[in-house]
Amino acid sequence: MSTATVQKRGFGATLWDYLTTVDHKKIAILYLVAGGFFFLLGGLEALIIRIQLIKPDNEFISAGLYNQMFTMHGTTMIFLAAMPLIFTLMNIALPLQIGARDVAFPFLNSLGFWLFAFGGVLLNLSWFFGGAPDAGWTAYAPLSVQSPGHGMDFYVMGLQISGAGTLIGGINFLVTIVNMRAPGMTYMRMPMFTWASFVTSILILFAFPALTVGLILMMFDRMFGANFFDPTMGGNVIIWEHLFWIFGHPEVYILILPVFGLFSDVISTFSKKRLFGYSAMVFATVLIGFLGFMVWAHHMFTTGLGAVANSIFAVATMAIAVPTGIKIFNWLFTMWGGNIRMTVPMLWAVGFIPSFTIGGFGGVMLAVAAADYQYHDTYFVVGHFHYVIVGGVVFGIFAGITYWWPLLFGKVLNEKLGKIAFWPFFIGFHMTFFIQHILGLMGMPRRYWKFQPNESLDIGNLVSTIGAFLMAIGTIVFIINIIYTALKEEKCGTDPWDGRTLEWTVPSPPPFYNFKQIPLVRGLDALWVEKVQGNGEMTPAEPLGDIHMPNNTFIPFMISLGLFIAGIGFIYQVDNKQWLIVGIAGLLITFISMFVRSMKDDLGYHVHKEDLEKGAGSK
Amino acid sequence: MEKYAGSTSYEFQKEKNKQDMKFQLVTFACMIVFTLISFGLVIAEFNPMFTIPIILLLACVQVGFQLYYFMHMSHKGHSLPSVFLYSGIFVAFITILAMVTIVWW
Repeated sequence: MSTATVQKRGFGATLWDYLTTVDHKKIAILYLVAGGFFFLLGGLEALIIRIQLIKPDNEFISAGLYNQMFTMHGTTMIFLAAMPLIFTLMNIALPLQIGARDVAFPFLNSLGFWLFAFGGVLLNLSWFFGGAPDAGWTAYAPLSVQSPGHGMDFYVMGLQISGAGTLIGGINFLVTIVNMRAPGMTYMRMPMFTWASFVTSILILFAFPALTVGLILMMFDRMFGANFFDPTMGGNVIIWEHLFWIFGHPEVYILILPVFGLFSDVISTFSKKRLFGYSAMVFATVLIGFLGFMVWAHHMFTTGLGAVANSIFAVATMAIAVPTGIKIFNWLFTMWGGNIRMTVPMLWAVGFIPSFTIGGFGGVMLAVAAADYQYHDTYFVVGHFHYVIVGGVVFGIFAGITYWWPLLFGKVLNEKLGKIAFWPFFIGFHMTFFIQHILGLMGMPRRYWKFQPNESLDIGNLVSTIGAFLMAIGTIVFIINIIYTALKEEKCGTDPWDGRTLEWTVPSPPPFYNFKQIPLVRGLDALWVEKVQGNGEMTPAEPLGDIHMPNNTFIPFMISLGLFIAGIGFIYQVDNKQWLIVGIAGLLITFISMFVRSMKDDLGYHVHKEDLEKGAGSK
Repeated sequence: MEKYAGSTSYEFQKEKNKQDMKFQLVTFACMIVFTLISFGLVIAEFNPMFTIPIILLLACVQVGFQLYYFMHMSHKGHSLPSVFLYSGIFVAFITILAMVTIVWW
């Protein structure tokens, strides 16, 4: 195993390798494949929603199916597409950026992925077993508690399992950043993406437990006859809303912050300048993370919290515009006077700045509690959050995947096709969502199956639907680009973008142990420091020696599979108690796997110094 | 760590350990006294409006003792655990405060 040389392996061997891998770069690819699949699925659901709304009084899909469609679109896009794609970026870049050989807990990294994957599959199985969840991605009680069928049960179990995976991932990245930075890599020398991932992981650590608690309460209400959300039995429906948004609001920062960090890196690299106001950027990132925990009730202004609570949350919400504004200006000043190269990642970054700023304007408007009584549950809200999530997170994911594609697969994505993918997506995005603000101001409510003719809503909806198809075209071109690059493009070698940070000091794709010798970091933008001083490469911080690596393991897959089976068992035990056997069997699989993991010593293996000198692992 | 008997660092470490031990014993005694006071207040049947805040206050102090003297958070190299601990307390506090003020009362 220590001499992983270049040889063609069979499909089965490759599959087994990926099922058992603990290598952060391969787990990044797994997240990319799974997240990409769910992104396409969520996109398909979005197109179906837009086709239904293409003309007034349309009968494309039934009302019930429409409810399932928008619920699954939201849930899939947030939990199963955006989160794993963000984790793709973190997994591929973060250990390399801090000069580490892997994350702190490779086993947990793999476990986090498989939990997410099985949770996602469980959630989507609902389509085939009597209908998907249909109470909105926010699943407000009492609608979600009373929703008939098993759709919402799949929502509860699926999110619970995938949420555990996310929590594990977040903790893993925290420990990695705290403990595994290369010598000289102080906190204030970390690349912005690493800083943002650090703050994001803190948010994951503190926000996801609220979701876990909420889902457990709902699980007991729906499947085991509890009454947490039933006012007639002394429960309280508002508790769900609070728990969901105590999680949900930090969640949107969990999505956007890594992308902020990524854009900082991209803009700095392609402007050939140090990031303007690095310490202010760090401060702004931390401040956004901090404020992110005190604004959740702005989702609930019309719930009836009272004027005092509404005012507090309104002011706190508006305060977030300040650190975000700091970031916007710092990106602009980084570009100012820079030697700008308009590569595809930079194109997405430049497209992101105005798009996200427009989304931010909508956000500040919505933060005005009094005005929110007009905006609430209209298409204005839909327009706003798609502007920040698509214009921010999705643009960022496209930029990040293009930027780090060399680290993932050793090739640069075709630039021309990349630009052809950008423009329809960018134009389509503004067509789809800008008009939705206006539709909202005209009174079109969100989540309605139909709108009526002669209410001046026809043109706006038609434009929006055309825009959605343009975005689909952009996405398809992006996929074509991936296939084209895999077939036609040449390997790019080390440092294809003339990078500034440590991930570009290793060959693309990196060997499985990342760094032959851990580098010594001598400043912010560590590689750039060496380039400016004429060294061109990092000074090693240690002599060449044996490298300790973890063994592959199948146990994370089994633990997750067990929970998946248990989930199905607990969902169906409502109908027939015999399903409890399945539930218990699933839990047994999980616990036995955990037991095996605890009892069996797995000390890993060493890549020997002599093999490293002969070039083991380099491709 | 190689410390030779009689060297300055050895003496320093010895003195420091001695001091730590003293602090631990003092805080341990304090905690027992606090617990006795709490029980005493309840047994003596003071007004609950008086007893409950006092007990909560003593509990907070005990948690502090526990963290700083028994779990060594007063020592060097614990700044990051403190940051996370206090962030967690902050988030939990905000959550409970919101629940108490705008949901339940």
